[in-house]
Amino acid sequence: MEAMKETVDQSLREMRETFASGRTRSVKWRKTQLEAIIEMVKDNEDKMCEVLFQDLGKHSTEAFRDELGFVMRSATTALSSLDKWVVPRKSNLPLLFYPATGKVISEPYGTVLVLSSWNFPISLSLDPMIGAISAGNTVLLKASELSPNASAFLAKTIPSYLDTKAIKVIEGGPDVATILLQHQWDKIFFTGSPRIGKIIMAAAAEHLTPVTLELGGKCPTIIDHHSVSKDMKSIVKRISGGKWGSCSGQACISVDYVLVEQSFASSLIEMLKPVIKSFFGENPKESGCLARIVTKKHFQRLSRLLNDPRVQASIVYGGSMDEEKLYVEPTILLNPPLDSEIMNEEIFGPILPIITLRDIQESIGFIKSKPKPLAIYAFTKDDKLKTRILSETSSGSVTFNDVMIQYMCDALPFGGVGESGTGRYHGKYSFECFSHEKAIMEGSLAMDLEARYPPWNTFKLTFIRLAFREAYFKLVLLMLGLKK
Amino acid sequence: MAKVFEAADASNLMTELRQSFDAGVTRGYEWRVSQLKKLLIICDNHEPEIVSALHDDLGKPELESSVYEVALLRNSIKLALKQLKNWMAPDKAKTSLTTFPASAQIVSEPLGVVLVISAWNYPFLLSIDPVIGAISAGNAVVLKPSELAPASSSLLSKLLEQYLDPSAVRVVEGAVTETTLLLEQKWDKIFYTGSSRIGRIIMTAAAKHLTPVVLELGGKSPVVIDSDTNLKITVKRIIAGKWGCNNGQACISPDYILTAKEYAPKVINAMKQELEAFYGKNPMESKDMSRIVNSNHFDRLSKILEEKEVSDKIVYGGQKDRDNLKIAPTILLDVPLDSLIMSEEIFGPLLPILTLNNLEECFDVIRSRPKPLAAYLFTQNQKLKERFAMTVSAGGIVVNDIAVHLSLPTLPFGGVGESGMGSYHGKFSFDAFSHKKAVLYKSFIGDAAIRYPPYSRGKLRLLKALVNNNLVEVFKVLLGLS
Repeated sequence: MEAMKETVDQSLREMRETFASGRTRSVKWRKTQLEAIIEMVKDNEDKMCEVLFQDLGKHSTEAFRDELGFVMRSATTALSSLDKWVVPRKSNLPLLFYPATGKVISEPYGTVLVLSSWNFPISLSLDPMIGAISAGNTVLLKASELSPNASAFLAKTIPSYLDTKAIKVIEGGPDVATILLQHQWDKIFFTGSPRIGKIIMAAAAEHLTPVTLELGGKCPTIIDHHSVSKDMKSIVKRISGGKWGSCSGQACISVDYVLVEQSFASSLIEMLKPVIKSFFGENPKESGCLARIVTKKHFQRLSRLLNDPRVQASIVYGGSMDEEKLYVEPTILLNPPLDSEIMNEEIFGPILPIITLRDIQESIGFIKSKPKPLAIYAFTKDDKLKTRILSETSSGSVTFNDVMIQYMCDALPFGGVGESGTGRYHGKYSFECFSHEKAIMEGSLAMDLEARYPPWNTFKLTFIRLAFREAYFKLVLLMLGLKK
Repeated sequence: MAKVFEAADASNLMTELRQSFDAGVTRGYEWRVSQLKKLLIICDNHEPEIVSALHDDLGKPELESSVYEVALLRNSIKLALKQLKNWMAPDKAKTSLTTFPASAQIVSEPLGVVLVISAWNYPFLLSIDPVIGAISAGNAVVLKPSELAPASSSLLSKLLEQYLDPSAVRVVEGAVTETTLLLEQKWDKIFYTGSSRIGRIIMTAAAKHLTPVVLELGGKSPVVIDSDTNLKITVKRIIAGKWGCNNGQACISPDYILTAKEYAPKVINAMKQELEAFYGKNPMESKDMSRIVNSNHFDRLSKILEEKEVSDKIVYGGQKDRDNLKIAPTILLDVPLDSLIMSEEIFGPLLPILTLNNLEECFDVIRSRPKPLAAYLFTQNQKLKERFAMTVSAGGIVVNDIAVHLSLPTLPFGGVGESGMGSYHGKFSFDAFSHKKAVLYKSFIGDAAIRYPPYSRGKLRLLKALVNNNLVEVFKVLLGLS
């Protein structure tokens, strides 16, 4: 650990020196780094797919869709928009302040820390880094030790492409994270669980370091089957894709559970079964299209959730597990008890509870009884229900009639609220996430108002009162002696 | 006798406010407007009492109270009333080929039940201005004013209770005990104005519940004076911004001056002249300056003034009167960089001037210290202005003036690093207390098979084309031509 402490000290020192030198502030430098990231992904596509397969059993198409393609798009957007993003924004000042001017410029925080998660180890590492770099910071990445091949790949490959004096990668687990968190950073960006999020924020508090915490929660999916019966086939595919098609349900925005009216539950289940088969065949374990559970520990967690006898009794499809292969079959539950563990923690696995309600309107109250999730999904054409969902529930985001796809829309801020996180990124929001919005005001030395200065008297007080009310005409009268 | 505030009180308070929020009391436009209008009535009808309370607590001159507290608040409320509909309206967001066909918007929603903890130096402004933001954004809010300004705290409690909706807006008076009890609750946001030391405690408490925070802290705001400036105006503005704003007890007070060695004597002479013009030959008798808030702070300032190698650097002022909690406007020249007065935010009527061989050195001096809430520069040199604005990191930068940016609703007011996080004023206040919820409306047209397993090379190619926004490639793959 001593060696690691020394490495961290040294890295920080170098990054701070580099930042102080001003090198990372040049737009040219930032663009060069972004181009290098794109090159790195292009050059190493196969290798990246390989490590994602090794760590998570991801199929290369899934890997490209969710990680590689996403990163390239993100870097490309940043490259093409950077010139716009760095332009100061003018502010309008009241006439009274004429000829003063005001503007806001985005300045980099300095030296920032990115701690990424194991489920999308490439994109959750590189995407925040893209934001940090676009904003002109130096950045240190610690990827998750639970995706060791991806972490090793990043540690080995990033230095070959990016400016090593400004962008660094450190590998390791909680003990390394602890060392990192003892230091003062200018910003910390964390993706992971709420439990660890609290630890990160408390550590950041010691140094008054601002944080962005991308956490998770139970993302509910409402199916208002009355209003969308025509599109049910598509809906079932979308939900299935959103549950099992992306890292086997181990995503912060995965469909966690479904809310549907009692009368539709069995039809829904009967529609889900053939879709699952169409995705993964008769033997999902061998399909090559279903990611595996990341570690034994997580497998055991899912196993525990499923082994609750009352939960077992609610299995209507799937349920088989293979600890050696870290495989959990796509599983559907019908009405597991609401006080069971599986209904009170983020599942983060390929198990889909269906909770039935008498009336779909009850879904609002149901969702409100739980911590605010990162996303709410609702399949409905009922405008009244849409309005109720929007105004009565709170979540990072709401997506109507699809799942997961809000992640791809980089004009939308991506982030949580309450237990699901604080801060946001993607697109321009990534740039802002790593920037301090500095206000700059310039006054004029040419004109001066005596009323600004002591000694105070009634005239000055009246003047200032009128000035504040922007009662310019009365001000003029006052100055001409025509007003008391 | 005031009832003692206990743990059960804190939790009951939270339960009550949460019930109100969940019932939708605070979300409607009409409710928010009604509360803002009531705040305006408070400003319009109770100014004399406010001025009186501020005089009791701080010896604040009437003009400062009227202008820097009441008038600023009045403007803030009026702006919120005027703009609220605008602020509440969703923003449209662009969608792209990958999410086609869809429409997207960003909806502002209240965070829920929020806590505002304010400071003693501008007790009305720093209490009500954040509350304006909280209410505009549709939250229920608890205000904890500073106990170091007891008359103001008591008046705030009385007025807010009298005028505002008690089911959603409350005041809790008290000190460390009460604040600690409040901090144990799960708030949806905490807005704190005060010191960096307490800021850390607040954020640590907030971390337990993942509560986001805005921390408006402080620091040593430097003033760099270039020798090409209009010295008379420069000095007048510095004086008005330092001693004219609560006698140096403000978060953006000019803390110390940096100027070239040769220019310093001119600066000192000009300051002496204008100080006398403003406050007379006997500034201890002037009614135009606040007093030091209490004996603790008086003793703190005394100590840093009396430190060895500092006390002999006084070139103007230095008189003290503990009974009346007064310290004269005091200027010091070239105190040691590691002295107490140069190590902590002064927050009082002492102004050290540090001389440099070359004005360029100011950048290193400023950069070697924690980032302040404000940094000031007086110069006519365009290049220097640009370099300063770009390379000095501070909450805000003001060139050729002092403190005025505080009153501009179109500029975000907040710190960076040790001087804080988050910002407010104008729309930034509304945003500070809002969650910006992303909303995506997707249709059922166009369900691409490429989204779903089983995965194939063709699907991969199509995906790549989509990701690259490459329409031509998309069609080619779809038509089987690629």
